[in-house]
Amino acid sequence: MTYTKRVDGRKKDELRPMEAKAGVIPNADGSAYFRIGKTTAYAAVYGPRELFPKFKQNPKKGLLRCSYGMMPFSGSGERIRPGHSRRAQEISMVMEQALLPVVDLSAFPNTVVDVYVDLPQTDAGTRCAAISAASIALADAGIPMKEMISSVAVGQVDGTVVADLCYDEESYDAIVSDIPVAMTHNGKEITLLQMDGEISKEDLLEALELAKTATEKVYELQKKVLKEKFGVSSK
Amino acid sequence: MSGLLIEERSIVIPGEVLAEGMDYLPGENTYRQLDKIYAKVLGLVSLVGRVVKLTPLSGPYVPKVGDKIIGKVTDITMTSWRVDTGTAYSALLNMKDASMRFIRNNEDLSKILAIGDYAVVIITKVTSQMLIDLTMKEPGLHRVEGGRIIKINPQKVPRVIGKQGSMITLIKDKTGCTVTVGQNGLVWIKGASEKELLVENAIKLIEKKSHEEGLTEKIQQFLEGAQ
Repeated sequence: MTYTKRVDGRKKDELRPMEAKAGVIPNADGSAYFRIGKTTAYAAVYGPRELFPKFKQNPKKGLLRCSYGMMPFSGSGERIRPGHSRRAQEISMVMEQALLPVVDLSAFPNTVVDVYVDLPQTDAGTRCAAISAASIALADAGIPMKEMISSVAVGQVDGTVVADLCYDEESYDAIVSDIPVAMTHNGKEITLLQMDGEISKEDLLEALELAKTATEKVYELQKKVLKEKFGVSSK
Repeated sequence: MSGLLIEERSIVIPGEVLAEGMDYLPGENTYRQLDKIYAKVLGLVSLVGRVVKLTPLSGPYVPKVGDKIIGKVTDITMTSWRVDTGTAYSALLNMKDASMRFIRNNEDLSKILAIGDYAVVIITKVTSQMLIDLTMKEPGLHRVEGGRIIKINPQKVPRVIGKQGSMITLIKDKTGCTVTVGQNGLVWIKGASEKELLVENAIKLIEKKSHEEGLTEKIQQFLEGAQ
């Protein structure tokens, strides 16, 4: 039996309902809220500020430091132990590498820009939501960036290529693959590509093509909310 | 197609295409890739001749030579004071730039500026590695005594000062307080304590409504309403 109808009734290329807002944390230099389906991410950016420990300082450019964290009761199952886990550490690292190609900190030597992302509620696609939120927060903080980064997961469920898998699809009882992708807007350059599961070559190429239109939808929302925050001054 | 793709005074986000073709030149906070000019920060588009530039709407204060700032003394060395500028970089105020009078060799520097003191200073030098030199020798530069210090967003400083200082003069005239605005976003207010509070609230109001039209009138009303 093939997977013809998605568990939540979406079309194959349809994303879960999205919502975002820039500037939600007053004490941070830049912040953002990003929700896709039941996955909610809050990103806060601090800096550029003095970097300690001092041996990490780079006299040529500033450092980007990301931190990802799922909150204890964010998932649908067990309580997650708070603090850094192996998984959180890895996702913090991939987030950093997904954002680094566009962030230009050459004007801020010896400093650090900290990005903290916390997820109070999760339902698959957390690293993508985290990256999309972080990108809005960095722009809100006035950090020089070449472009925005938009991220969404694509994948394959029982032979059907779909965009933005939810948790029920990820755990569907068949051959499933989940591919988080982050892309720049102008060049459509991939800055994050990971995969879990199995997929055929044809399906993978189809999925990556789908990722282009899917990240474009995320980009449109990012653009809208950033302009909304400062929008009044254009009139 | 070539030319400007974005209206002047519109808001753009990083990566948006501002102009196409070679008719325009990339200015501050923009960059050129092939034949297109892109935005590098979230900001307001402005056009000066053929140069497209962006005024950032948020972001850190970048120290510039000639800026008057308010700094906090964090350390005293043999011949200088280390001053926190409210940015990622601290600045040095050398002994010879600190006072009009001669400071003797073995004088106690903390008598002039102690740790924790605030001072109104001007930036005299900024290197590529963001080492900053300060001076306190020019008129109007001194140690901050009494009053209160508040911190505002450094991008809002021009609105607090107003065109040719219109806003700041209004506040000073209406309340009788002395107000010094540092480019780094630190504001020193000194006067009668209830007036100080009024100025503080007025400045916070400016910060909140900085993008609105007729702000000077609104602040005038606010200050008059409180009296």
